[in-house]
Amino acid sequence: MPSAKVEEQLLKEIGLKDVEELFTDVPRSVRADLDLAPSMSEMEVKATVEGILGKNRHFGSCPSFLGAGIYPHYVPSEVKFVLWRNEFLTSYTPYQPEVSQGFLQAMFEYQSMICELYSMDVANISMYDGVSACGEAALMAARSSDGDTYLVPKNLSWEKKSTIENYLKGTGIRVEEYAYDGKTGQADLADLERKMTSKVTGVFMENPNFFGCFESKADTVKPIVSAKNPDALFVVGANPMSLGIAKGPGAYGADVVVGEGQVFGQGMNFGGPVLGILAATGELARRMPGRIVGETKDATGQRAFCLTLQTREQHIRREKATSNICTNEGMNALAAASYLAVVGGNGLRKVSEINASRAKRLSKAIGAIPGFKAPLFKGHHFNEFVVQSKASVAKVQRLLLERGLHGGLDLSKRFPELGNASLWAVTEMHAEATLETLVSTLKEVRA
Amino acid sequence: MSPGEVREAPRGHRQALWDEPLLFEYKDEGEGFRFPDERIEPDLVPANLRRDAVAIPNLTKLQMMRHYVRLSQKNFGVDSGVYLLGSCTMKYNPKLNEELAVHPAASDMHPYLSEDACQGSLEVLYRLQEALKKVSGMDAVSLQPAAGAQGEYTGVLIARKYHETRGDERDEIILPDSAHGTNFSSAAMAGFKVIEIPSTKEGTVDVDALKQALGPRTAAFMITNPSTLGIFEDKILEVAKAVHAAGALLYYDGANLNAIMGITSPGAMGFDIVHINTHKTLSTPHGGGGPGAGPVGVKAHLKDFLPVPMIVKRGETYHLDYDLAHTIGKVRGFYGNFGILLRAYAYILANGGDGLTRISKMAVLNSNYMKEKLKGTFELPGKPLRKHEFVLSARKLRDEKGIRALDIAKRLLDYGYHAPTIYFPHIVEEAIMIEPTEAETKDDLDRVIETLKTIAAEDPELVRTAPHNTAVARVDEVGAARTPILRWSPAAQVETVFPRRGGPKDGPPAPR
Repeated sequence: MPSAKVEEQLLKEIGLKDVEELFTDVPRSVRADLDLAPSMSEMEVKATVEGILGKNRHFGSCPSFLGAGIYPHYVPSEVKFVLWRNEFLTSYTPYQPEVSQGFLQAMFEYQSMICELYSMDVANISMYDGVSACGEAALMAARSSDGDTYLVPKNLSWEKKSTIENYLKGTGIRVEEYAYDGKTGQADLADLERKMTSKVTGVFMENPNFFGCFESKADTVKPIVSAKNPDALFVVGANPMSLGIAKGPGAYGADVVVGEGQVFGQGMNFGGPVLGILAATGELARRMPGRIVGETKDATGQRAFCLTLQTREQHIRREKATSNICTNEGMNALAAASYLAVVGGNGLRKVSEINASRAKRLSKAIGAIPGFKAPLFKGHHFNEFVVQSKASVAKVQRLLLERGLHGGLDLSKRFPELGNASLWAVTEMHAEATLETLVSTLKEVRA
Repeated sequence: MSPGEVREAPRGHRQALWDEPLLFEYKDEGEGFRFPDERIEPDLVPANLRRDAVAIPNLTKLQMMRHYVRLSQKNFGVDSGVYLLGSCTMKYNPKLNEELAVHPAASDMHPYLSEDACQGSLEVLYRLQEALKKVSGMDAVSLQPAAGAQGEYTGVLIARKYHETRGDERDEIILPDSAHGTNFSSAAMAGFKVIEIPSTKEGTVDVDALKQALGPRTAAFMITNPSTLGIFEDKILEVAKAVHAAGALLYYDGANLNAIMGITSPGAMGFDIVHINTHKTLSTPHGGGGPGAGPVGVKAHLKDFLPVPMIVKRGETYHLDYDLAHTIGKVRGFYGNFGILLRAYAYILANGGDGLTRISKMAVLNSNYMKEKLKGTFELPGKPLRKHEFVLSARKLRDEKGIRALDIAKRLLDYGYHAPTIYFPHIVEEAIMIEPTEAETKDDLDRVIETLKTIAAEDPELVRTAPHNTAVARVDEVGAARTPILRWSPAAQVETVFPRRGGPKDGPPAPR
């Protein structure tokens, strides 16, 4: 900030003596001081914050096997350098396209790559996170047909379920669960078919699902949905990293897709900021939430980009907008785009294969240990699987933490029907030695 | 046109003029990123779901890096030049905060770690909660919402549940016509009917209109103070009294908090719920549209309605508390945008109570300085005393010279400044909303003032056809919406050739 001397000059030029004269319209009775510690030097701030963060056990010092929507993945150095370009980092929403072509083009490319991966026609340039994207997709379904119910799988994270309920709060639509098959961990399609009525506005399915299982019958769901309500939306959530080896949900009938893009070139960030992905078929473009970039021309006929279809948005349509989202996760979308640009189609396929291969091997290795059942659900997994143990999950976790490892997510409270169950994720980031320590430690666990 | 080929630059250009092709238009000459060699297991995906190919180009690292560096050079940020965007508050982001946010102990943390493994992260969040309680004058703060608009939605859901819990059937939210668009859509999303009331000629809340609109159906009245015109609502206590007497809640849109820190607080003014847009007040970068954070503060009677978990301190340790009697539940996953919140915390530490107060004072001084110097060139509707931002009207210039607010905004780009916010608030004709922030020097403010005066006197044709000195000329936004091209696809490859722009134009001489 400019110095006190500058302050004096500014005041003088507009004929004031004290800056207080600019606050005479603030009534005395509402004046309030700010009771915070005095200012600090940059060096002190750095030391203070790093001191507090020092109490953390981060992935490098204590590798975890946690997933459930957020995963440790390698971030190529190029991505970090792109994100630190100040011209991107310190810019605002590109309302002035003439000076924002860089960000706009990067977002157009992001949309194109997301559409390619998910087999969709149109993607927006991000939602707050994969969880709120689920909520916005449910709102799209609410706008697509009359009804009173939105169906979600029983094996869904409770955070997603609560968020979807909150996004549907104003519509009066209730959220109902359909069961999963206790043997395969996949959707119980017979139950889904029973619950699918003409009053259902949409069906949500995850593939891979919360238990890490690929839904092998995902390609039979759309006809089940359409048979009862032709306007109901089939919404699919998919970890985009799995799409290096698995088909985009658009290829099996999804109308809207959502995902958590944190896996592409970004840290876990203690859960945020992360990246909500949302894409849809072309006919739903005008019902989508969020910002969309379109290609156009400038006054000289040169190719240019700008925000488009803005009549859906809150700053124009106010209470009739498709969503209230304004600020999104632009930098996270840029991270994802530059990640895809540096890994390329070949790299994405490779890292996708590595993740699935590792889950296959690790689940087998854990399953071979007495007292453990893994993967609890047979069939195909991406990079995550459920483990059932004789010992309590808490006991297993304690022993691992003593060895500098953090186990999977305890499912026993949210899914009591699975017994001592936990959800484990493995990625390209886990060193071979870490996996060996894990297996040898688990062998010591006694029920 | 091959990548990197340079066009002839018009005189006085302000941005690099790379004809940068789309990623997809590069020849596939790379091999893809090299991950460690590892055994790939057979049969990873059910046969019916197996993918054959991923049509994302394989570039070399050098190609990729050049692509993004060139794109960045066609983008304008606060670090590129003065950013006058009113209501959006674009101020300097201290770089230390960026470093801290990518510290492994901040970024390599999974949100589901057991509490003892993430004491540092929890402590940062707790300390920030405590600091924001003081900044907002509220009794409890939740850091969950990912952005101001999500904070608003959270706040509105709290209001909804509060009235429901009391058995009150209140389904209306009142808003002044000068409110941010998100207020309207957040209220509507939560199922409320929106009642709009007019502003006075002075640009403040019409208290009589408010009193008439208030009733047994009113759930809340939402306003920002200072208003979007940059005018302080000096009758705020009367407003609060009327709203509370009607049994409704008073909601503070924290967009304009940058003007009042250390001067007053929403709590002191009688508000019940507040959201804070961190990028506007606490200097978190906006990254071309986000990420942001929108902490929500409430008075004690609404504490139990906040989203879960709250961060609590018991003895010397920090914990996640899911046990709130009337919690609205979740609006997003996990605990908010930690990386952004950490930056906000570092900013508060660096400035302290004294610094934040000075920030408000300087933001208001800079704004009033510019306003005083410009009010002869443009009209200044409403009260003369402004806070951190002010709204001018270009109505006279439109009528006399045929130059609109939009033209002036575009012409400013030619001089190397980011345009102000235009056509908002809607209650001002040809609105130009300027917010210089506390971060700018007098020298820069003077240059912008001179530039605006110059533009007002320029050949109208030159202004109407601006910008001339940016990476592209005026963009056809209407055409983009009429025939939307929303993704690249090999089938619809419309235009890959960049027509050259003409030779030197009559751009203005560089102002420095």
